[in-house]
Amino acid sequence: MSERDTSIVRADAYFAFSPLRVGAMVMRYWYLLRGSWPRILELAYWPTMQVILWGFLTTYLAQNSTLFVQAFGVLLSAVLLWDVLFRGQLGVSISFLEEMWSRNLGHLLVSPLRPYELLISLMTISLIKTLIGIVPASLLAYALFDYSIYTLGLPLIGFFFNLIVMGWALGLVMSGLVLRYGLGAESLAWVAVFALAPLSAIYYPVAVLPEWLQPFTLALPASHVFEGMRAILIDGVYRPDLMWAAAGLNVLYLIAGSVAFLAFFRRARTLGLILNLGE
Amino acid sequence: MDAATAAISVRNLSKRYASVTAIDNLSFDVAPGTTTALLGGNGAGKTTTISILLGVLLPSDGAVSVLGEDMLRHRYRVLPRMNFSSPYVDLPRRLTVKENLRIYGRLYALRDMKARIAELGEALELMPLMDRPFGNLSSGQKTRVALAKSLLNEPDVLLLDEPTASLDPDTADWIRTFLKAYQKRTQATFLMASHNMGEVERLCDDVIMLRTGRVVDRGTPQALIDQYGRQTLEEVFLDIARGRAADGTAAQ
Repeated sequence: MSERDTSIVRADAYFAFSPLRVGAMVMRYWYLLRGSWPRILELAYWPTMQVILWGFLTTYLAQNSTLFVQAFGVLLSAVLLWDVLFRGQLGVSISFLEEMWSRNLGHLLVSPLRPYELLISLMTISLIKTLIGIVPASLLAYALFDYSIYTLGLPLIGFFFNLIVMGWALGLVMSGLVLRYGLGAESLAWVAVFALAPLSAIYYPVAVLPEWLQPFTLALPASHVFEGMRAILIDGVYRPDLMWAAAGLNVLYLIAGSVAFLAFFRRARTLGLILNLGE
Repeated sequence: MDAATAAISVRNLSKRYASVTAIDNLSFDVAPGTTTALLGGNGAGKTTTISILLGVLLPSDGAVSVLGEDMLRHRYRVLPRMNFSSPYVDLPRRLTVKENLRIYGRLYALRDMKARIAELGEALELMPLMDRPFGNLSSGQKTRVALAKSLLNEPDVLLLDEPTASLDPDTADWIRTFLKAYQKRTQATFLMASHNMGEVERLCDDVIMLRTGRVVDRGTPQALIDQYGRQTLEEVFLDIARGRAADGTAAQ
């Protein structure tokens, strides 16, 4: 009795996965972005400011340290790559928050859209937003400081995806928390990533940290990425072991983040929170 | 009518929160092609029932089926044939009317989305509003857009939560006329929660009266009015909300 093929609804409305639905949600976030130049500007603003600040600092340090003369781009690359993680997480969390702010989630979740399709669309728009933010900043680094992050070569692609996937995993957990605890948990979405910054070995090697802290650091994909980045820029060596360690951890984190989101979603359904969400 | 032939079937449905029973062993069927109202005071269980029917709230006990599908296990088999409208659930405010309808048109996999949006735009007099942000519209205009969204997939079952709340009488009357004509044309099944008794009398074939999460009475609007010896459905509503039975005694 359930399926029909009318002139109105196509058969793929019943499919367990539909690229059309994922595309619809990406389009929804794109419309929002496209319709507001301050939102686009905001995406590029912070990475750009970071590059300018750290670029001048690196220039100063290079005048006084042979280390920075040898590897001028260490700090600038670290800044840009850290922003990939930060933007990746925000891209998921803030897009999800848009649904809460607009009180639209109830309509979405009674449509044929599956929760995992929503997650895929959040990750897709996060990728788009991150590229919009990072690419201009990386070009600015080249224009102002004659440093191109693209000299990292092909490993840069691996670094980028490892960091953005870690950001997605964190963003999914934050989105689940907001779904479960409401907009009172909104501030977590903005600040959670900073709790991981000291452990991510962004600007210093893992060896600098106390021994007891190092296992926690090595449990984060980001620390392997930044160690790998320094290996290329300082020692001129690509370390595939670090790349694989980050990728393996990310698989676990992404699964854990998705499971956490779906568990929070189910809890929200049990508690009757979904139609009551809003500002 | 049994569960197999009903458009909506609710059996022994309960929803309990920590110390509150929102609905208590609720059972009812809604016949295909009819309009049924869930009536009751605040906290009677109307929105809870609608939320469970939509699958966004999990019950503590019981079963619900829509168009023959178990909504707790297979809701995605029937969601493409259902829809929902409520003044308490918005659409993205910064997106234009057209953008909102396009997004939902894709979510419902419309065969000819452009034509469908144009058709509904004409029917609901939305064409001059298509390029305006949803958030800039008046309450009446927003209600018409939300209604267009809820009719995009030409649903066989439409759940309406207070469809004319906060609208001026003229707009509310326009919406009711539209819904009535739509229901007559498509033979869709409507289940609505409303506090507007005039609206219920005008639109509904059947009324389910709820109080503290239980069905306390049921019938056509006129049958309930006769049964309670009242002039209007509003008086019947007050009797039930205040715990008076049809014979004038205090209800259990």
